[in-house]
Amino acid sequence: MIIKQLSVFLENRTGRLTELTGILAASDINISAFSIADTADYGILRMIVGRPEEAAAVLRENGFAVKVTDVVGMIVPHRPGGLHHALQIISDNNVAIEYMYAFASGECNATVIIRAESIEKLIEVLQEHKLELLRQSDVYQL
Amino acid sequence: MIWNEHYECMERESLLELQGTRLKEMVERVYFSVPFYRARLQEKGIEPGDIRSIDDLKILPFTTKQDLRDNYPFSLFAKPQQDIVRLHASSGTTGKSTVVGYTHNDIMMWSEVVARSLAMIGATRDDIIQVAYGYGLFTGGLGLHYGAEKIGASVIPISGGNTKKQLQLMEDFGSTLIACTPSYAAFLGEALIEEKIDPRKIKLRAGIFGAEPWSEEMRSQIEKLLRIKAYDIYGLSEIIGPGVSMECPCQKGMHIFEDHFIPEIINPDTCEVLPYGELGELVFTPATKEAMPLIRYRTRDLTRLHAEKCDCGRTLVRMEKCVGRSDDMLIIRGVNVFPSQVESVLLEMSETKPHYLLVVDRQNNLDILEIQVEVDEQFFSDEVRELEDLRRRIRANIAGILGLHAEIRLVEPGTIERSMGKAQRVVDKRKLH
Repeated sequence: MIIKQLSVFLENRTGRLTELTGILAASDINISAFSIADTADYGILRMIVGRPEEAAAVLRENGFAVKVTDVVGMIVPHRPGGLHHALQIISDNNVAIEYMYAFASGECNATVIIRAESIEKLIEVLQEHKLELLRQSDVYQL
Repeated sequence: MIWNEHYECMERESLLELQGTRLKEMVERVYFSVPFYRARLQEKGIEPGDIRSIDDLKILPFTTKQDLRDNYPFSLFAKPQQDIVRLHASSGTTGKSTVVGYTHNDIMMWSEVVARSLAMIGATRDDIIQVAYGYGLFTGGLGLHYGAEKIGASVIPISGGNTKKQLQLMEDFGSTLIACTPSYAAFLGEALIEEKIDPRKIKLRAGIFGAEPWSEEMRSQIEKLLRIKAYDIYGLSEIIGPGVSMECPCQKGMHIFEDHFIPEIINPDTCEVLPYGELGELVFTPATKEAMPLIRYRTRDLTRLHAEKCDCGRTLVRMEKCVGRSDDMLIIRGVNVFPSQVESVLLEMSETKPHYLLVVDRQNNLDILEIQVEVDEQFFSDEVRELEDLRRRIRANIAGILGLHAEIRLVEPGTIERSMGKAQRVVDKRKLH
C-alpha cells in the first residue's frame, strides 16, 4: 500500500521546473500528482509518477537531487465531510502527518497523498477503518 | 601636527642606519629565544653576526601566516608568558586562529604609533574621539583607544554596532573624530540622514578608517554623508594592529612608521625584492617588537612604496592603498575571511560536501556575505523543516569560525563550477579598488 513519491530539490529560477517536466515528457513518464513546498530560495517538488525508479534515474542523470520517499495515497469520497472523516481517524490514532496534498480523481473520489512520521502505522489505521488506499499499480491509471 | 618629529622626519640615511641597528638586535633576540627562528636561520646558514646593516635584510627567511598557525598559540613568542600583558587573535580555521602577544613595551610602542597617526590628521587633547571599531580580540578598538588616550583626547569606547546609540552619543557628546571601518562610516552617514538628525548638531570633522579595503569613490561618499575629511589607516595584528601606516593631510599614500616596521616590496612569485615604485607584495619586519618579533612577514597585500619626501615634512615612505591580495583572503566588514575556513566547516559537518561559493556584495554600504552550498542528494531531505534546520546549522557553524554572519543559500547539486586547477570559490561584487 506504499506509494513511491519523488522529491526533487529545485532552485527558484525561471524555467527550472520546465526543464524537469521536459525530461520526464521525453522519457514518456506521466505525472499523476504533484505539489511544491517553496521557500524564498528553493522549492521541493513532490510528485507521484508512473515508473518512479526510472523517473528518479533519468532525473539524477540530468543533475537533479532526487529522493524517493514512501507515502500513502488515501482515497476519500468527493463530498462534504469526506476528508474530515479520514483526518479524524488519523488524528484520533495519533499519527503525525508531515505533509499532504490532494487531487480529485474522477467525479466520485479524491486522492490524498500523505507523508506521515510512521507510514506503517498510518496504513494500519486506515485499513482498520476500511478506508480505501491507492496501490502503486493504480498510479498508472490515474 | 607631527607627534614625533625626531623619527617621522629623520634623514633617510640615518633612518636606514637605525633600521639596521634595530634589525641586528632583533635577529639576535629571536635567534636565542624562538626555537622556530633559530632552526630557520640555521637552515639557511645564517648567524646573528651575519646581519650588519639593513642591506642584510634580504638574506633573511620569510614568515607566513601558515607559520603563525603552525606555531599556535605561543610558540613564536620571544618572551615568557610573565612578560606578556595582552593577547589578541584573529579568526582562523577550526581552533587555529592567529594569536599575537604584546609586552608592556609593545603596548607603549603601539600607543605611540597610533598617537602619531592621530596627530597626523590634527587630533589633540581638544578632541572627542568615538572609537566605533570592535573592542575585543580584534585589534581595532583597543589599538585606537590607547593611542587616543596617549594624545589626551577624550575617548568614547563605544565599539562597533548599535547604530542608534552611535548617533545619539555623536550628537550629545559632540564627537569630533570617529574611527571605524569605512563601510560602517558610510552606513552611519546614511543612518544620520534617515534619522533626520540636524547636521549642524554634529561636530565631527574627520574620520580614521581602515581594516578593510575601500575605494576613492567610497571616500568621497563618506565625506559627503558625514561632512568630514576621511583618512586611511593601515595595520594588521601580526605586525601590531592599526597604526602601521597612516595617511597625512597631503593624502599621497600612508606613511609607514619605519623606525618600528621595516617595509619591503617583493615579487610574490619569486620573492625577489622590488625597488620603490613597483607593485608587489608588502612585507614587514617589526624590528622593535618584544613579544612577537616576526622576520619578513608576508602581508599578502599588494601595493607600491614611494620614498620621496612628503609635503607634510615627513621622510617616512608612503604606501599606496592596497590594490589586492596575493592570496584568496577576503576582508568582509573588517573580518579576514579565507575560503578554506568555510571549507573546513562544511567538511566537519557530516551532512554537507565542500562544494561552495562565496558571494560578497555591498548593499547599503554594508558587506553581505552569501555562501552557496550544494545540496547533496545523500542528505537531501524532502522536508522544508529539515532543510531549513540544516541551513541554520551551517550558518551557526560558519558564524562560530568566521565571527561573521553569512546568509546560506542551498543550491542544486553540480551547479557550482568544478575546476581541475584552482577552484573559483569567490565572487566579489564589491568595487573596492
